[in-house]
Parts: sequence; structure tokens; C-alpha cells
Amino acid sequence: MDNIFVICEIEDGKVADVSQELLTKGRSLANQLNCKLEALALGHKLKGIEEHIFPYGADIVHVGDDKRLEPFTTLPYTSVIVDLFKREKPQIALLGATTMGRDLGPRVSSALQSGLTADCTALEIGDHEDKKAKKNYKNLLYQIRPAFGGNIVATIINPDCRPQMATVREGVMKKEVFSKSHKGEVKDVDVKSILKPEDEVVKVIERHIEKNRINIKNSSIIISGGYGMGSKENFSVLYELAEVLGGEVGASRAAVDAGFAEHDRQVGQTGVTVRPKLYIACGISGQIQHTAGMEESSMVIAINNDPGAPINKLADYVMTGDVMEIIPKLIKAYRKNTK
Amino acid sequence: MGLKIIVLAKQVPDTRNVGKDAMKADGTVNRAALPAIFNPEDLNALEQALRIKDKYPGSTVTLLTMGPGRAADVIREGLFRGADDGVLLTDRAFAGSDTLATSYAISCAVRKIKKFDLIIAGRQAIDGDTAQVGPQVAEKLGIPQVTYGEEIYSAEKGKVSMKRRLERGVETVECPMPSVVTINSSAAPCRPRNAKLVMKYKHAQTITERQNQSEDYIDLTQDRPYLNIPEWSVADIESDHEMLGLSGSPTKVKKIENVVFQAKEARHIQANDEDIEELVKELIANHTIG
Ligand SMILES: Cc1cc2nc3c(=O)[nH]c(=O)nc-3n(C[C@H](O)[C@H](O)[C@H](O)COP(=O)(O)OP(=O)(O)OC[C@H]3O[C@@H](n4cnc5c(N)ncnc54)[C@H](O)[C@@H]3O)c2cc1C
Ligand SMILES: Cc1cc2nc3c(=O)[nH]c(=O)nc-3n(C[C@H](O)[C@H](O)[C@H](O)COP(=O)(O)OP(=O)(O)OC[C@H]3O[C@@H](n4cnc5c(N)ncnc54)[C@H](O)[C@@H]3O)c2cc1C
Repeated sequence: MDNIFVICEIEDGKVADVSQELLTKGRSLANQLNCKLEALALGHKLKGIEEHIFPYGADIVHVGDDKRLEPFTTLPYTSVIVDLFKREKPQIALLGATTMGRDLGPRVSSALQSGLTADCTALEIGDHEDKKAKKNYKNLLYQIRPAFGGNIVATIINPDCRPQMATVREGVMKKEVFSKSHKGEVKDVDVKSILKPEDEVVKVIERHIEKNRINIKNSSIIISGGYGMGSKENFSVLYELAEVLGGEVGASRAAVDAGFAEHDRQVGQTGVTVRPKLYIACGISGQIQHTAGMEESSMVIAINNDPGAPINKLADYVMTGDVMEIIPKLIKAYRKNTK
Repeated sequence: MGLKIIVLAKQVPDTRNVGKDAMKADGTVNRAALPAIFNPEDLNALEQALRIKDKYPGSTVTLLTMGPGRAADVIREGLFRGADDGVLLTDRAFAGSDTLATSYAISCAVRKIKKFDLIIAGRQAIDGDTAQVGPQVAEKLGIPQVTYGEEIYSAEKGKVSMKRRLERGVETVECPMPSVVTINSSAAPCRPRNAKLVMKYKHAQTITERQNQSEDYIDLTQDRPYLNIPEWSVADIESDHEMLGLSGSPTKVKKIENVVFQAKEARHIQANDEDIEELVKELIANHTIG
């Protein structure tokens, strides 16, 4: 009772990055609240799955292994989770804000009549005073999230209902191994006794999932291009710079929409959140939805021909001029100074 | 055989176009200055509903919206594009609803409508940005859901068959009706207003709107009942009042901060060869690159 649960997402027998990121966050919240961190892994052929979960600090892993749980469909997952939560009574439950988590989370929260906060960018523990009801709450989960198209940031709390549920996008939290040798307890979930025939009414007829080929998230140097790059062809100078510096190419949504770059490269609120050592923004104006995904970069260089571009306000270095002239100069200078 | 479809549509401030004129002097958004629009993905949802109506003669499309009085605009907009009718769910008691209380109120209104085969919603509203209402309505009604829909292929023999657009792929699913389907912006855009329908419905109003208008329209609606937009309050739906509005909302907004750009001290580098070379040397020296 009163523990923290992370609902893990399993892809091809592997635990998704976002789930491991949530386990890392869950571990630190559990330490703060002095409770246990539990994980839930649902799917089929999950033998050994706990090996990918314990190193991130889980004390208990609940495994529900059944062929009706692969591929993911809403109703069987909901039944198993609702059943487990009614017995275990977690205080906090976290899910990835993925297509699965955003489909499953609201259904579960509705069944449990407990609140759910979407797309949190930070989770903290704090107190709350309800002046009207003259009630003091200790150790609530502050669920911090952007809303209103990214123009505001709200702190949401859920004082009375449990679990306090939140979804978080991939890449927002940091993933860190807690201890390679950390081990906990594995508990089997008796899926057979929970699932009913009516849970299986939705049938997946066909499924085409592409592997994530491009992964800019783990790159320590990101060269991002925006609409100001002008064309897909011009993006080639960014690939060249990325290659010499050993980085990856990112993009703004306007650049992705214009077909200059693949969607997997999109940085920002509806793309990935990155926190590289160096972020070079080329021809990107710096709208809030973009900066939400890169403002934690250690160093930002902005290259823009508009000296008043908003991106300049969060840059460490501002270069004003035509990106197609500046990048080749950067490449040349780098080549000259490294051998 | 015709189907009965309910489309959930929300009126939202246009948060996508926060232009300079919508910014206050302190760099924060002036929400009042944003125009109220039909939530974009709800238009995609409406189009899917209208396509079913085109394909299966005898089908009807009913819009359901919960919001303040001016949300009747959403219903008129839907009528102009081909919906058959609509209901405005409006009451002060709904104020302060989180997604759970919103879903509960909507599910009570759906129960009052009684017969339906499909509820089609947008995936997500552009103000609350949660994408939670669709699945929560489905759960409250005890029926299945299919989210992230891109194209409904068919809705016959008690089943809806459709394509879902996921983060990294597509899925075709089959789901029994009645059910809730949510539609992405990657789906077909909504057809434009139809001039004839605009003529027909331009005086469609709720009773509250009519009371604030000249009397001509009251006469109009006597022989043209389709100009009445039904307006339901808490009294018109069967509900547990504790589950509505603020008291029915587990989540509370503790604090809201406007996002303001904070200027930080930036170094300006000239775009000439010498300065660029200096920068590169510096980055190599402090191990940022190289
Ligand atoms: C800053 C802020 C943050 C918030 N964060 C949360 C949160 O994390 N969790 C939470 O539970 N609530 C939250 N809320 C409250 C939430 O925004 C409202 O309850 C809202 O009315 C419904 O949620 P949504 O806008 O996110 O809709 P979504 O769930 O994104 O809407 C999905 C679809 O449901 C249908 N729909 C939604 N609302 C209506 C309606 N009124 N009438 C008809 N159809 C509708 C539409 O088809 C829409 O496309 C927040 C509110 C604010 C102001
Ligand atoms: C709900 C929502 C979610 C969103 N999510 C995201 C997201 O995840 N990621 C994202 O990026 N955006 C997102 N956006 C879009 C965002 O609001 C902006 O529209 C987008 O970031 C703008 O991209 P941009 O800076 O490339 O283009 P623009 O704003 O058009 O800027 C182009 C810039 O290039 C400069 N420029 C032009 N030519 C040159 C040249 N030759 N040399 C140098 N500079 C030049 C211009 O001065 C300008 O500053 C979202 C929007 C919404 C509403």
C-alpha cells in the first residue's frame, strides 16, 4: 500500500526508454516519500523482463504474462491494472505519455475515479493547504505540465483521490541506472482469473510499426535546422557539420512540416526533449513549443539572420547572419583546428 | 441501415496563433484576446462522421458540446457543414471541471440522447491538451474505445473498422459498436461550410440566445423547429451532482505560471572567419566539442 507504481511499456521484449526514465524518477520520489517503487510489466513472453527493470531501482516487479496482452489493447490492460491497483492501493502511478499511455491512462483513471495529469514535465513532492476546507495535505505529488499550447505551465495536484496518476513524455526525465546489481522481488499477476471475454472485443487486424531508426535524444551534440534553412537540400550542410562534430541533426516542427527533415528529428513539445552538451539552432525562431524541448541544453548557439529572434534570448552565443554562409565557415574552422 | 453518430466538439481559444497582439506587455499571453474556435481535431472527427453519413443513407450526426453559452457557435458551425442537429450542455455547475468531471457530464448527456452507434471525438483539445476526455467517456459508458484514429473504413454489421496512426506506425482495428473513437489531425480535413446549409441554419439559436434577440426569430422557430438548438442544464440530465464541476474533479490547479522568456547574457559572435575560428577554438578548449 501507498507505494509508487510505474506501468512499463514493453516493445519487442524490451522495456521502453520512457519507462526506464520513469523508474529513475520513481526511485527518487520513493526515497523522498520513504516508500517502495513497484513496476508493472504486461505482455507476452516476458521471461527475464525484470532484468531490464531492477537496475533502475524497482523493489517489486509485477509480471502479467498472457498472449491476450500482446499486442496492447485497451480493455485487457485496463482490467488487469484496475484489479491490481484496487488491491495494492498505490499513492502514485506513472505512465509514459505514449500512444499506449495516453490511451490507457485516462481509461484506468476513469475506472478508479482518480485524477490524471497529462504530459508532465516535472514531478515534485510538496505540501498543500486548502484554505476553504481548512485542510493541510502533506507530501502530495506536484504534477507540473504545460497547457494552452505551451503558453502556460500549471502545477496540478490531486489532494484526495488515489493513486495520483501522471503521464510523462519520452525524453523528459533522465534515465539513470540505480545499481547494476540491484535485485528485488518478482510477483506474478494472475491474468487468467482477471480477464473476461468482453475484454477482448477490440481486434488488431494489422500492425506496421517502424523501428526507431533515428535517435537524437542520446546525442551530446545536436545541430537543429528550422524553416530558415530554406530547403531540404540546404539541410545537407547540417549533416556535414553533425558528422564532423560527431553529433546528430534535429529540426523544428516548421522544418519537419515543410519536409526538410524526418519527424523523428523534431525537437520540442510534440517532438523529443533533448538536453545535449551543445545545441546549435540554425534558422530557428525559437517559439515556445520548440524551446520547451531544448532549453535544458548545457550550451546553445543560435544562428539566425534576425537579430531579434526569440531564440537569441536563451542562447549563450548569438551569430547573426545567413546560416548558409556561417555553417561552412564553422566546418572549415573546426577542420583547421583539429587534426 | 443508418447509424446514429454523436460528435463531441469543444470550443477552444486559438492557442496555436498566439500573435504579438495577444501578448501582454510583460510577455505573457492575454487569453481573452484569443479567438474562440472549433477545436481543430474535432473538425477532423466531424468529417469522419459526415463520411459515414454519406456512405450509409439514413445516418444522422448529432453534435454535443459542453461549455458556456457562446459554445453554441460550435453547433452552428457543425450544422453549416452537414450535421443534423446538436446539443449545448451548459450550466454553472460544470465550471471548474477537470477531464473526469467533463467526461462524466458528457456521458450523462449521451445517456439522455439514448440511442447511438458511435461517438466520435477529437484526439485532443488545444487548450487543456490532455487527450483524456474520449477514453474517459468510453469508460463511463462502459463501451470500448479506439484512439488515434485516422480513417474509418466501415461501420456496419455492428462493427467499426478503422486505421489508427500511432507514433511510429499504423494499425488496423475492428471494434464492436457502440463505441468511442477519437480522431487525429492527420485524418482528412473537414469539408467546408455548405452555402445552402448556411442559409438554412444561420438563425439556429439556443433559447438563451433567442431571449436576447429580436422577436422575429421566435416566430421563425415555430414552423422551423430545426432552428432550435437544445440547451441542457444539470436539471436536464440525470447525474450525481457530487461528480460534476469542481467537486467531481480529483485534480486541482494549484498554480499557473505564464511562460515568459528570460533573457540571458549572450555573447555575440560576428559572422566573419576570424571570430568564428575564435569561437571554435574556445569550444574545443572547454571540451564542448572535439
Ligand atoms: C492549465 C490547465 C491544465 C489542466 N490539466 C489537466 C490535467 O492534467 N488533467 C485533467 O484531468 N484536467 C486538466 N485540466 C482541465 C481540462 O483541461 C478540462 O477538464 C477540459 O475541459 C477537458 O480537457 P481537455 O481540454 O484536455 O480535452 P481533451 O481530453 O484533450 O479533449 C479530447 C476530446 O474530447 C472532446 N471534448 C473535450 N472537452 C469537451 C467539451 N467540453 N465538450 C465537448 N467535447 C469535449 C473533444 O472531442 C476533444 O477533442 C487542465 C486545465 C487547465 C486550465
Ligand atoms: C501545439 C503545438 C505544438 C508544437 N510543437 C512543436 C515542436 O515540438 N517543435 C517545434 O519546433 N515546434 C512546435 N510547434 C510549432 C512552433 O510554434 C513554431 O511554429 C515552430 O517551432 C517554428 O519553427 P521555425 O523556428 O523553424 O520556423 P519560423 O518560426 O518560420 O522561423 C524561421 C527562422 O529562421 C530565420 N531565418 C530565415 N532565413 C534565414 C537564413 N537564411 N539564415 C538564418 N536564419 C534565417 C528567421 O529569422 C526565423 O527566425 C508547435 C506548435 C503548436 C501549436
